[in-house]
Amino acid sequence: MVRAGLRAFVAACLLALAACGDASGPVPQRTGPADLQVLIGSSGAAETKAVTEAAAAWAATSGNAVTVIPAQDLDQQLGQAFAGSSPPDVFYVDAARFADFASVGALEPYADGLPSAGDFYPTLRQAFTYQGRFYCAPKDFATLALQVNEDLWAQAGLTAADVPRDWAQLTAVAERIAAKGITPLVLGDTVERIGAFLVQAGGWLISPDGSRVTADTPENLTALQYVQQLLRTRLARYPSALDTGWAGEAFGRGLAAMTVEGNWIRGALAGDYPGVRYTVHELPTGPAGEGTLSFTTCWGISARTPYRAQAVAFVEAMTAVDQQLAFASAYGVMPSVTTARERYLQAFPADRAFLDGADHAQGPVNAPKMGNVLSDFDTQLQRLAVADPQAILRRLQRNMTVALRD
Amino acid sequence: MTEPVVRRRSGIRGNEATAGWLFVAPAVLILGLFLVLPIGMALWVSVSGWNGQGSPFAPGVPFVGAQNYADLFLAEGLTRENFMISIRNNLYYVAVAVPAQTLLALALALVVNQRFLKGTSFFRTAFYFPSVTSSVAISVVFLFLFANSGAVNALLAMVGISGPAWFADPRGLLHLVLDGLGLVDVDNPPAALTGGGPFGLSWWEWLAGPSVAMSTIIMLVVWTTSGTFMLIFLAALQDVPVQVEEASLIDGANAWQRLRHVTLPMLKPALFLVITLGLIGTWQVFDQIYVMSQGKPANTTLTPAYLSYRTAFTDFEYGVGAAISFVLFLIIVVMTLVQRWVMRDRDEVRPRRRWWPRRGSTS
Repeated sequence: MVRAGLRAFVAACLLALAACGDASGPVPQRTGPADLQVLIGSSGAAETKAVTEAAAAWAATSGNAVTVIPAQDLDQQLGQAFAGSSPPDVFYVDAARFADFASVGALEPYADGLPSAGDFYPTLRQAFTYQGRFYCAPKDFATLALQVNEDLWAQAGLTAADVPRDWAQLTAVAERIAAKGITPLVLGDTVERIGAFLVQAGGWLISPDGSRVTADTPENLTALQYVQQLLRTRLARYPSALDTGWAGEAFGRGLAAMTVEGNWIRGALAGDYPGVRYTVHELPTGPAGEGTLSFTTCWGISARTPYRAQAVAFVEAMTAVDQQLAFASAYGVMPSVTTARERYLQAFPADRAFLDGADHAQGPVNAPKMGNVLSDFDTQLQRLAVADPQAILRRLQRNMTVALRD
Repeated sequence: MTEPVVRRRSGIRGNEATAGWLFVAPAVLILGLFLVLPIGMALWVSVSGWNGQGSPFAPGVPFVGAQNYADLFLAEGLTRENFMISIRNNLYYVAVAVPAQTLLALALALVVNQRFLKGTSFFRTAFYFPSVTSSVAISVVFLFLFANSGAVNALLAMVGISGPAWFADPRGLLHLVLDGLGLVDVDNPPAALTGGGPFGLSWWEWLAGPSVAMSTIIMLVVWTTSGTFMLIFLAALQDVPVQVEEASLIDGANAWQRLRHVTLPMLKPALFLVITLGLIGTWQVFDQIYVMSQGKPANTTLTPAYLSYRTAFTDFEYGVGAAISFVLFLIIVVMTLVQRWVMRDRDEVRPRRRWWPRRGSTS
């Protein structure tokens, strides 16, 4: 009976093998009107509505059909769709996850062929370049900048001229604020914030082409030592030390005079803490000059779509200057193309510091399998005040090297 | 030559086997299709280098043997470290949650089983309520309760205690206790413990104990599961014959003796069930972690079940993710066998000692 069970089991397995079948090889392309499935990881109702309307308008003029699906959990839904060989045709790809998708061949490298390929900001192009190929068109982006609480600033006896321009001024001004009993700076405790200091010191975690790990360098050490100094003297505090979930909450509640956050802080403050008065400035420069981080998402096209040409046309329409400006006013993002710059600044003059950051911004680590490694780095950064920066960087160098080799 | 005659069993019961197979066919089919087959597929994934693109059974998917398992136990690196941290976290989680929920459930059952208690049905419903509520909803409520400025910390503040930042506190309870006793200094742990340890995790890290964040999740789970287990105990308690209790009363046993020597022995099958279900449930903890902490802070709420999900679906390491879930499966089986052995009936006279459970025995 046991043997009969085993036989049945083996037979069932073979059946399953036959049923699943082969899914490799090029996908035959279809011409004519397409039915595009677009999976988006929406930031909220405003974005879902804006994208759905833009897609509907494109569908109407081009004669195709588009279904926009807002994802509950984009990563998981995409993972399942790829595993089931039925991925959506077009989907959002976060820059931090981009290399994972590109390295397993899930993405169609179409962006170099776009007429506007040269119009995207270089930092965004680099974020979506894997092994020398520019894969997908950046949808929009955000950068980090320095937010200053006007009321606390005045309370500490400071003026607009005192906004720090470099690290030395940041320390000096922070000491003056601390002398008044105010926490000077609240800083997110992850590489997505502290990484900006690495860039300002002339370092970064990986070479521009994503092939070589550069974590354990004197530049990065300088940056971590500087941040450690700020933390040890309590000139900078992590959000958790101020009993808050993220730096924007601490800043909004008036617990700190300065913070380093991205464009999203505007919406968050307007929604949760409308009373706080603040200004936005470029980040202070470090030993190697200006530096900030950029955060971006691209319009990924599945390597398995039968509607490649139609999908590319859809992305072209979504990344056109007018469309991006419409998205910008709908849900507060910055257009990814340089030709939209002036018009964006006319509409949102207060965002100049964010937009100027694009010229010296560093995108996320563009190598696959780094998610685990970077979250381990974040864990180490949370203990930066008491830990040895050199040991942290050595550990990161080792882990990244192993992940890159696999 | 004459062939030995093979006698087929026939006669009045000859066709019963066929009929039997026919009757169980639906169950066998359903179990095979939805249980055995997926497990077999997952087993294949755990020894493959499948990257999540297309079918795992497509011709191009490489077979990597025990490589994924080796990554978890032998190869030095972040994969092993994270896995061992998740095992450590879950060990402490099980060690605290299972005894706590079992004792609490037993206590609740004993209380609501009292014949003198008024409003018994109200209490039964109230204690069972958390079990029938969605674990996601309860998790979200706990997030609010244990927020920095939440109800728990407000209550603690009323009695003059400054509560911790529950979900942001990665400090291990055992570390805190040892530090409080003055045995070790948390900021400067003894070199003897940090020097080395099994599976790439130092003894110091193995001995961390559940973190403050993890202990809130333990509280939640104990609270939600004790209701279900209370019901199991309650059913068993109501099966205890009144005569036995009366006999012990006549023998002059006091309340404690009656509980210890009469009631508890009669509850043994229920106790076995509760502990087994508890072990299985706690080793598989996932939804609370997914909703509340996602492994944060500092990986101290990372559990194998959540790590398996994260490894597969966000890191695209489906092979390693599947391997983690098989290791988890083995852990649960071994734990259950050990527990069965510990709780075996020692009074029973056995013809032969054997370590595996006897077929058909229901202890």
